[in-house]
Amino acid sequence: MSILSNFQVIADNFTYFMIGRWPAGPLGGVGLTLYLAVVSCILSFFGGLILGLLSVSRHRWISWPSMLFINTVRGVPLLMVIFWMYFLLPALFGKVPESQTVIMALTLFTSAYMSQIVRAGIEGIGTGQMEAAVSTGLKHWQAMYYIILPQGLRNMIPSFVNQFVSLIKDTSLAFIVGVSELTHVGTQINNRTMAFPTEIFFFIAVVYFILCFAFTSLSRWLEQRLAWRKAI
Amino acid sequence: MLSYQFDWSIILSGKYFEWLLSGLKVTLQLSLAGIILSFLLGLIVAVMRMSHFSPIRWAAWAFLEFTRNTPLLVQIFFWYFGSYKFLPTAVNDWLNAQSFEFAAALIALTIYTSAFIAEDIRSGVLSIPKEQMEAARSAGFSYLRSMQYIILPQAVRITVPPLVNQFLNLAKNSSLAMTIGVMELTYQARQVESYTFKGFEAFTAATVVYLAISIIITFLVHQYNERVLKLHKAA
Repeated sequence: MSILSNFQVIADNFTYFMIGRWPAGPLGGVGLTLYLAVVSCILSFFGGLILGLLSVSRHRWISWPSMLFINTVRGVPLLMVIFWMYFLLPALFGKVPESQTVIMALTLFTSAYMSQIVRAGIEGIGTGQMEAAVSTGLKHWQAMYYIILPQGLRNMIPSFVNQFVSLIKDTSLAFIVGVSELTHVGTQINNRTMAFPTEIFFFIAVVYFILCFAFTSLSRWLEQRLAWRKAI
Repeated sequence: MLSYQFDWSIILSGKYFEWLLSGLKVTLQLSLAGIILSFLLGLIVAVMRMSHFSPIRWAAWAFLEFTRNTPLLVQIFFWYFGSYKFLPTAVNDWLNAQSFEFAAALIALTIYTSAFIAEDIRSGVLSIPKEQMEAARSAGFSYLRSMQYIILPQAVRITVPPLVNQFLNLAKNSSLAMTIGVMELTYQARQVESYTFKGFEAFTAATVVYLAISIIITFLVHQYNERVLKLHKAA
């Protein structure tokens, strides 16, 4: 099989695929992919929590604008959000590094999706608990903070992990604004070597698969454990 | 930003309006062709995934896991740059004679979406009581015929809303086709931006169109849920 021998191109560029030119130069490849995904995930956890809480607010002047924002972001492609950021951030803040533009776009986009997880988690706890908490003298926000959220968040964990998997896949779009994460590194090496596109993109797909499948399995395991804990 | 002059007229008529309109047409073409093809592929994979013959079941499982756990962009690049090595020459020549960019994007979008549709169909099938399959089998239907005549017609009815949502995802995901030069809506918005420096207007136009598509689809799903599914449940 000549195809097998062609995978030499992967072996030759392996460290470049994994970490780019780091430590001599900037981080790239798989390392940058994970960096983008982890930072955006942490930021959009808080973004999603805030948006989710705003969207279940009892005051319409809070819940409606936040729902409008959430549904607008969910209604457009991520690519569109990236272009908006790429175009607006420099106009507002001067020069912004591309990787930060991408983190901003991923955070904004994923926060909207995470807020729906938070919303579903809060609604899943049921109104009975909220009524009971309020009738013991807690304020609405105290009941939310001490009673509803701690239970809700535990149920949300598997969905959060799934969202992280989506984020890992979505970081590939950073390619478009020239951030040298895994997909960008792949196209670079493809442009340089010319002859092995099938091997290179198959290899990249396998790397993404290993990362994503690990977390997908984690999320399924967590889900089973939660179901088991509820059963007892 | 302060010195920016808004000029909405350029995207509302004339050449740039035509560009955006042709972009919308390509986006809709990709999405419509994609949803039909990925429904068919998804149906096949879903039936395979529930087969009683374990190698078929495992093959479907492997396909689903691999497709859903790799980025769509990488799959698009794989088909666009890499397909010439394993597709037969005749197929490649034929694809090249058409629009190869469009074909590669359509193949990647179809395969990617079919994995999600297969799971939607499977959960639809699982929601049909098991006794129906047993009854069908004991009435003498084979496994495939029970699926075809008894289970799938009911499951598909439940699967319509998630399927329509997948169409919406497809319309949004088709924006990635711009990376290989398919001139769909996002590509054209970018073109207008680079020709006129009116990025704000161009991106607003594209955003509004995507939002319109998603509002229409959300409305249709809502209507379907209210009218068809509720009636069905009541009966």
